[in-house]
Amino acid sequence: MDIRYFAWLRERIGTGHETIESNAETVADLIEELKARSESHAFAFSDIASLRAAVDQELVAFDAPVLGAKEVAFFPPMTGG
Amino acid sequence: MAVHVREDAFDPGAELNAFSEGAEGAGAIVSFTGITRDVAEGDLAAMEIEHYPGMTERALTDIRAQAMERFELIDALVIHRHGRLELGETIMMVATAAPHRRNAFEAADFLMDYLKSRAPFWKREITSRGADWVAAKDEDEDALNRW
Repeated sequence: MDIRYFAWLRERIGTGHETIESNAETVADLIEELKARSESHAFAFSDIASLRAAVDQELVAFDAPVLGAKEVAFFPPMTGG
Repeated sequence: MAVHVREDAFDPGAELNAFSEGAEGAGAIVSFTGITRDVAEGDLAAMEIEHYPGMTERALTDIRAQAMERFELIDALVIHRHGRLELGETIMMVATAAPHRRNAFEAADFLMDYLKSRAPFWKREITSRGADWVAAKDEDEDALNRW
């Protein structure tokens, strides 16, 4: 599964992209797996209320399924316009 | 293609003229242009806009389609830049064409509210004190409840 990070989340984790093996069923499960990867990951995901997630480029809630997803992305609230 | 995500500068006037010429039957055309301004604590030197290639185009296309249907538009245009922008540069524009003005105005407002907090762009201000990510405002999220 491809994991993408953007903005300050990318900076805190130290990379914008990583490929992982995951058995997570939901976005929330996946976050728990990612937090276990390093201290940077644990710090970056310490306040998930300030984060958003997208599964295969669609914005989703944290209880959304990720089984079978190709790409999951995490990022802060968007600031376009 | 009525959704454009680009790094290079564009001419909003030329874009609006081309859009207007193509919007046959329109009785009202509304446009909004967003410009980099100094709101940072410190002297804003530039703005950097990161985005999520692929998802950005999908999100903007979806928001535009919602506006087209909801406000019965003849056409709608969304242009948004990414990368480094100097002070005073045009960041983005939307234009809407409808038979009557109210729908054109409301659709432009709707497009702006949605692309502010539903399109994957992240702004970073480059100031004399360093670089800071712009925090999303609660009022931007609240603005979606209007629709």
